[in-house]
Amino acid sequence: MESESSSSAASVSGSPTQTEADLSRHMLELEEDDDLEVFSKDATLTDASSFSASMPMSPASMINQYKLEEQDIKDVFITVDCPESHVTSIETFVTYRVITKTTRSEFDSSEYEVRRRYQDFLWLKGKLEEAHPTLIINPLPEKFVMKGMMERFNDGFIETRRKALQKFVNRIADHPILSFNEDFKVFLTAQAWELASRKKQGPGLLSRMGETVRAVAASVRGVQNRAEEFTAMNDYVETFGQKMGMLDKIAQRIVKEQKEYLEGMKECGPVYTLWSGSEDQLVEPLKAIAGCIDNCCKVTEEQVAGLSENQVPILHEYVLCAETLKAVLRRRDNIQAEYESKVDALANKKADKENLKEEIGRLEDKVECANNTLKVDWERWKRNMQGDVKSAFVDMADTNMNYYKKRLAIWESFLTSQKTDVHLEKDTDS
Amino acid sequence: MRGSEILERMADSGNEEVAVIGNTDLTAADLHNNTNNTMTEEGVPLLKKMEISVSEAEKRTGKNAVNMQEIYTVYLIETRPVDAITEGPSAAPDSLWRRYSEFELLRNYLLVTFPYIVVPPLPEKRAEFVWHKLSADNMDPDFVERRRIGLENFLLRVASHSVLSKDKIFYLFLTQDDGWKDVVYDTGFQAKADSRLKALNATFRVKNPDKRYTELKHYSDELQSVISQLLRVRAKVADRLYGVYKVHGNYGRVFSEWSAIEREMGDGLQSAGHHMDAYAASVDDILEEEEHYADQLKEYLYYAEALRAVCRKHELIQYELEMAAQDLVSKKQQREELATGTVRTFSLKGMTSKLFGQETPEQREAKLKVLEEQIVEGEELVKTSNTECDEYVRNAWIDIDRFKEQKNQDLKEALISYAVMQISMCKKGIQVWTNAKECFSKM
Repeated sequence: MESESSSSAASVSGSPTQTEADLSRHMLELEEDDDLEVFSKDATLTDASSFSASMPMSPASMINQYKLEEQDIKDVFITVDCPESHVTSIETFVTYRVITKTTRSEFDSSEYEVRRRYQDFLWLKGKLEEAHPTLIINPLPEKFVMKGMMERFNDGFIETRRKALQKFVNRIADHPILSFNEDFKVFLTAQAWELASRKKQGPGLLSRMGETVRAVAASVRGVQNRAEEFTAMNDYVETFGQKMGMLDKIAQRIVKEQKEYLEGMKECGPVYTLWSGSEDQLVEPLKAIAGCIDNCCKVTEEQVAGLSENQVPILHEYVLCAETLKAVLRRRDNIQAEYESKVDALANKKADKENLKEEIGRLEDKVECANNTLKVDWERWKRNMQGDVKSAFVDMADTNMNYYKKRLAIWESFLTSQKTDVHLEKDTDS
Repeated sequence: MRGSEILERMADSGNEEVAVIGNTDLTAADLHNNTNNTMTEEGVPLLKKMEISVSEAEKRTGKNAVNMQEIYTVYLIETRPVDAITEGPSAAPDSLWRRYSEFELLRNYLLVTFPYIVVPPLPEKRAEFVWHKLSADNMDPDFVERRRIGLENFLLRVASHSVLSKDKIFYLFLTQDDGWKDVVYDTGFQAKADSRLKALNATFRVKNPDKRYTELKHYSDELQSVISQLLRVRAKVADRLYGVYKVHGNYGRVFSEWSAIEREMGDGLQSAGHHMDAYAASVDDILEEEEHYADQLKEYLYYAEALRAVCRKHELIQYELEMAAQDLVSKKQQREELATGTVRTFSLKGMTSKLFGQETPEQREAKLKVLEEQIVEGEELVKTSNTECDEYVRNAWIDIDRFKEQKNQDLKEALISYAVMQISMCKKGIQVWTNAKECFSKM
């Protein structure tokens, strides 16, 4: 994530006549969206996504399995590294090496190595959402950066993306249900041509369209009797998303302001050095100060990098998460709405009662299953979120602590050097 | 530098220890006479015998020169003889109120009366090198406070100067409430003030500039330039640092709002938020201290001007000496021509005499006589100018050396205090983030 251009520095330095009251400009207008980069588009793609025509397992057994697997035994380890640029006549893209190490019996081998590009990750996410509409899948890093498109291929951006992709697949690997998904296995193990052919499979375009229409109809109709807890979840996600958005903006703003501070500080050292050229007695302390300031600049650069690479991406991920959560809750609502519409139809129609009843029974199960998986996954997601957010802020505190410790050391060594100078002067006098 | 610190340091920089003259039986008149006498005593700056402070500032309204209402600030100058302190704290200090323009008048008087002294500067007339939070308004209380400190600093520096502190006008400035201005004007110092134009001319026309003074002038120019740059850059950095700290205040607000919907994380968020608020607030103190450092630099920025004034005065004296010498040479030449009848150099007189005939011997005699007188005068002038120049150089160089040492000491201390400030800022930062980390860990 690159910082914004310094043309917006005008908003930072106001006119000299601003009073205390104008401090409000430092209290960010956090409702404005202009600082936020575009959300990942794929969230909306799967909004009215098609549902699998057939459930992989019966609802009951799924719930049982979920509960059994509460203790996440980690037996799949994935690394995403070695980004490589590929240039074709049509496009330029980056692939990443995906290495999987596993002890699971479902896998033929214990180690796999494949190359995947961002599109492949996107496909995987789509398939997972298709198969498990009410499971919470952490978001992918954004498809593209709005500002400064050329930076898509710069090192910092690729590194941030690599880390995010690695986190994405490991999260899936840790999930008791998702990690057993067939598409996931294919993603981790298949050769390029195998993956390509797999991508072409799945419900045909027409049937997908049909399901989409149904889903849209259901969502338009709305859900009638939403349980209290799901309303509470909705409210939570609303506020959570808002607050995350604000925190994301604050974190980015701090990075920006710190960078500007750094730019200013870089001008100080040279002035002290210039000054030392005119002096005789003061040469040494002036040069020493210039040196200290230059060292402070280096330390500040490290601090800014630390914040940008660790804290900011996590906050941004959870901004996207809020959207994911909203989508999941909507899908659950749609499932319930579909069920309710069939119940209504039963009450109104006279014909085809038997089929309708059967369908209602199926949908009822579907609703129950969706609700339960969502509830469990919600708790899971909250735990993960807490862990992530906590470590993001602990990291931020650590980064800043180390920053100040290093600066302290720089200035303390300056003091020590000056005091010894005073000693020397006294010696030469006597 | 704090006033009390300067007091201690300056008192120590006096040449000898002196027994304080204190006699509680003296009448006011006797005391006055005594101080008159002690003012001329060698090697004892006024500060050793008198405690001086600028303790308060107040707003006044009044009519100005064009009979319009104006608001201005006055400063309370308190003085107390050092020996009076031993009488106990009940001894009240003498005090009077002065406004900035009176300080300016005093300084101008000192500049004219002691041109070979690097006269301590006043705090800035208008706020310069401001950054956004700092007000450029002269009425702003922070500005007034910093000016009060600067004025006190000025008085203490003058009072500890071996030459300046003995001046009667300075003493009266500190002690005479009414009519001080008249006394100053009565000295007629304004007439002695060299016109700026004259001084400017001297810069271009000195034939044999003293190398030391040229170097000194360059130095003062460089010092002014570099300190200006430093102050400008520093103000910019202060502004940005302010921004960084204050944005953290937003964390406090959002954490608090967020904690309302979180069960487990709520407490950790709330307490972390408080630390973020504290962090944001801490920048005010940090920058106030830094402003102090800026004031120390500013003093030497203005000192550089005073230094250059001394150089300019020297140039003027040198110039006048050269003019006098040149004039003497030309007069001597004229005498020679007149005496020998030869015209060695082209002169209008020579031409006219050639064209219109020679003068009579009587005329020539008369002219010669006048010339002789002028030459005698000229020689005197050259002699006194020379003496004046030598004396000036000698006196000035003593003060310049004193100034250099003072400057080196003061600036080194300023740099060290800057480092101390940075250290304090870092320690505060470490504290806050350690606390915040603890709160975050508990989330």
